[in-house]
Amino acid sequence: MAYKRQIDRLPIPPKDATVHNVTCHYCIVGCGYKAYTWPRNEQGTSKDNAFGIDLGEQQPADGTWVAPSMYNVVRQNGKDVHLVVAPDHGCVVNSGLGSIRGARMAENRPSYVTGTQQQRLGDPLVWRNGVWQPTSWDDALDLVARVTARVVTQGSEDDLVVSMFDHGGSAGGYENTWATGKLYFESMKVKNCRIHNRPAYNSEVHSTRDMGVDELNYAYKDYEATDTIFMIGANSLETQTNLFLNHMVPGMRNGAKFIAVDPRRTVTVNAAEQVAGKANVLHLPINEGTDMALFNALFTYIVDKGWGDKNFIAKSTFQNGEAQALDDGHPAGLGSLKYALDTCRTSLADAAKICGVSKGDIAKAAEWIAKPKSDGSRRKCVTAYEKGIIWGNDNYRTIGALVNIALATGNIGREGSGVCRLGGHQEGYYRPSDAHVGRPAEYIDQLLIRGGGKVHHVWACDHHKTTLNASAFKRVHKRRSDMVKEAIDAAAGGSREQLVDAIVSAVNAGGLFVVDMDIIHSQIGQNAHVILPACEASEMNLTSMNGERRLRLSERYMDPHGNSKPDCLIAAGIAQNMERVLRDMGKGAYADQFKGYNWKSEEDAFMDGYHKGNPDVTYDRLRAMGNNGVQEPVVGFKNGKLVGTERLYTDGRFTRHGRKDGKALFCAAKWRGWQAPGKAREKANHKFWINNVRANIFWQNQFLDQKNDFIQDRFPYPFIEMNAKDMADLGIGAGDLIEIANENGATQGMAYPTDTAKRGQVAMVFGSPAGSQGNVVNPGVNELVLPNYKHAWGNIRKIANATPQSKAVSFKSKEYKAT
Amino acid sequence: MKKCNRRVELGRRQFLRGSAVAAVGGAAAAVVPAGAAQAAPAPAQVDYPGKNLGNVSALKVNEPVDINYPDADSPGILLKLGQAVEGGVGPDRDIVAYSVLCPHKGWQLAYDKSDKSLNCSGHFSRFDCESGGQQIWGHATQNLPQFTLRVDNKGDIYAEGASDLIFGRPSNVL
Repeated sequence: MAYKRQIDRLPIPPKDATVHNVTCHYCIVGCGYKAYTWPRNEQGTSKDNAFGIDLGEQQPADGTWVAPSMYNVVRQNGKDVHLVVAPDHGCVVNSGLGSIRGARMAENRPSYVTGTQQQRLGDPLVWRNGVWQPTSWDDALDLVARVTARVVTQGSEDDLVVSMFDHGGSAGGYENTWATGKLYFESMKVKNCRIHNRPAYNSEVHSTRDMGVDELNYAYKDYEATDTIFMIGANSLETQTNLFLNHMVPGMRNGAKFIAVDPRRTVTVNAAEQVAGKANVLHLPINEGTDMALFNALFTYIVDKGWGDKNFIAKSTFQNGEAQALDDGHPAGLGSLKYALDTCRTSLADAAKICGVSKGDIAKAAEWIAKPKSDGSRRKCVTAYEKGIIWGNDNYRTIGALVNIALATGNIGREGSGVCRLGGHQEGYYRPSDAHVGRPAEYIDQLLIRGGGKVHHVWACDHHKTTLNASAFKRVHKRRSDMVKEAIDAAAGGSREQLVDAIVSAVNAGGLFVVDMDIIHSQIGQNAHVILPACEASEMNLTSMNGERRLRLSERYMDPHGNSKPDCLIAAGIAQNMERVLRDMGKGAYADQFKGYNWKSEEDAFMDGYHKGNPDVTYDRLRAMGNNGVQEPVVGFKNGKLVGTERLYTDGRFTRHGRKDGKALFCAAKWRGWQAPGKAREKANHKFWINNVRANIFWQNQFLDQKNDFIQDRFPYPFIEMNAKDMADLGIGAGDLIEIANENGATQGMAYPTDTAKRGQVAMVFGSPAGSQGNVVNPGVNELVLPNYKHAWGNIRKIANATPQSKAVSFKSKEYKAT
Repeated sequence: MKKCNRRVELGRRQFLRGSAVAAVGGAAAAVVPAGAAQAAPAPAQVDYPGKNLGNVSALKVNEPVDINYPDADSPGILLKLGQAVEGGVGPDRDIVAYSVLCPHKGWQLAYDKSDKSLNCSGHFSRFDCESGGQQIWGHATQNLPQFTLRVDNKGDIYAEGASDLIFGRPSNVL
């Protein structure tokens, strides 16, 4: 029996409700919403309300409607107020569409009245006397600074390990990445750091950048003007929902064909068939990890057929052989088309054999991408990719091989084109240079497992849910942090100096002092000794850009929960305490490096960082640009408006690699089978490929939904899509709890019979708090420490019958069928 | 019917007067006894018109009947599933009724007999009629509003409430 909200009426926003611009902070698309707030004892009427429509009448399809999930009561300037967060019909990104994530922003705000998000951290916590004790900011920050300062001065800054998000949206954004960047890359030169979703501080798409092509180079409207959408390793209906519905669907209705490269049939493929017709959709269900061979065959075939864009290649790409040799920092050589093709050359027959799809279908894909139309004009193609290859086999060469196709066909910098990653979070990166980190960067998880590092600052990263080799990582991280907890417990009742001595002794003996900045008490937070409560979008002003580089100011419309603070002000607090403590220690010169954090608000952090690099951009100007914002890079301010850039490289000059000649490079992507260590052996020794996948229902916000009845009712356990015959062979029924195990560890979830699942392949939802898929992923990475999360193999067994919760779940196909 | 109209009117007046508490007090209000509700202000979940949707004997298994509830502008279906479900009414405990306005963007849902689901052609959301309107996959932030049914001793089926807010209205009873 499905969860019923039992809510059948809502208060009406009055005409004079306060309205704020909101960019949904969950996924990369960044849909526009409006937040309406008004006093607790007021409401509008059906005739006289904030929407200016007659709410006494049934609204039509696509009309304005406030769902119960869009409503809450929150605190604003110390008072409880009504809140409605509803999709903005005027935003060009979503045109009034809401997603199952964004349209729940209101119900996922912390409320003292309705009791939502009581898991949010409201006070700094310090491990004392065997529990986490609430304390003041001064007390918590003093301890963080004293331990950190002692460790980095006794040893070096290399003893400080930092895990820090680098994204926009959520609690990210230019304000917060600047603050942490300034702290760790300017005041200090921390090189042992990593990003929230991967075990090193590195790009996810090195090769496209090295080839000169920034990974976000188009505008979303290019999907509406293209002839072919070429999607690889992505499932946009689930993970960029309103980009698919509001831009790709119109593109297909305008006649675009759709190619999907994915071992799994997704709801995106199904929806494309519904919109464009099966004849205009080509799904290439390749063998897992073989994308590069497919791309190389497409590249070869297109060039050999003479379908390349010769003018573009001559004008915009490097002509003279090798420009960048293969070396430790470059897992493939880069150079001219001919240079690359000599290495990439792959026949349709060879690719068909490697990829497990037909020669005919590969040729058909090449035709849809590049075969000139009957009037001789070129086809336009948008290429879009994401984690299927970013977290896949041989990241550098595979992405390089894909970008080769876009370069050879001139599909960059023109209307209806682009070769772009689709993205996860929004972007919001603005930091001092990270050059000192090096390339390849340190593999941080392995460093910690080896016993490296003494202090670990964690900024909204939960390795426990989202790292590879997670079983080993969790065991070691817990053991090392427990050593410090025991030392703290043993020092109970002593002075601050004695406590710091005890902690430092413990870390010198192999322990790890963990400071966790987050909005909730996360799983890695269980190992923390100091927990500092952060707030997120809605409780602070935040600037980020979406997948078409659209920069918006998402405005603060409520108070930070409890005593939580924006991350940028927490970083400033750490810096200020470091300065004070270091000066007390007599290290004046080092203390001086921690000056410059006298920020009162997130806007101060924005002005100190992003604004200095982009002097046209201010909060006031962004606020005036509303939910449509401005596409980066911002190139001026005219007639009261910021002037942006619709798409990159319209002049045919490629600059992302830093080359002065402006020429793009092709990638010599040599196929070598499984690149990461241990993958081939693991595949050979286990029955099932364990794909990891996303679900629209909690993509990017699952941590907030751990107690959400609507979500938990649908998926009380992480789902594992599985072929019914495989289930029958193993005696597994729908909703049974099953375990996936291999040499790396084990994880568990709920069997979800799926008629489109291939035999021997299961698809488990990634990042679940209730079952970490990373437990069974081996430590294998590429030369630049990009994890191969997507390729794990394991055996499966039933561990329990379906529970009352999983028995109540619908196990019908997720695919819409026209009736 | 007179009585029903009066109840609709009562609901409308209470709604216009201001019923902020209903939003968060919905679940609690649902258990307030009917007698108390008559006297109390703004009883969410309680003030619904009763509407005769037909007789059990007229329903055929897996043949949905179009209905409107709580008023003519709110389309739904009445459905005999053929096997008992939680929340089902009638002698076989298999009769259910749902709103067919998708709680994502209000597109009218189409019934798929092959798997007893309701489907949105606009954005591909799907709801399971055998699991209380649970969203199988989709964009809506709630499951499908299910109408509360009662069957009298003559086999007449009455709708008397709804589990969730219906798309396109701030109150189910306008």
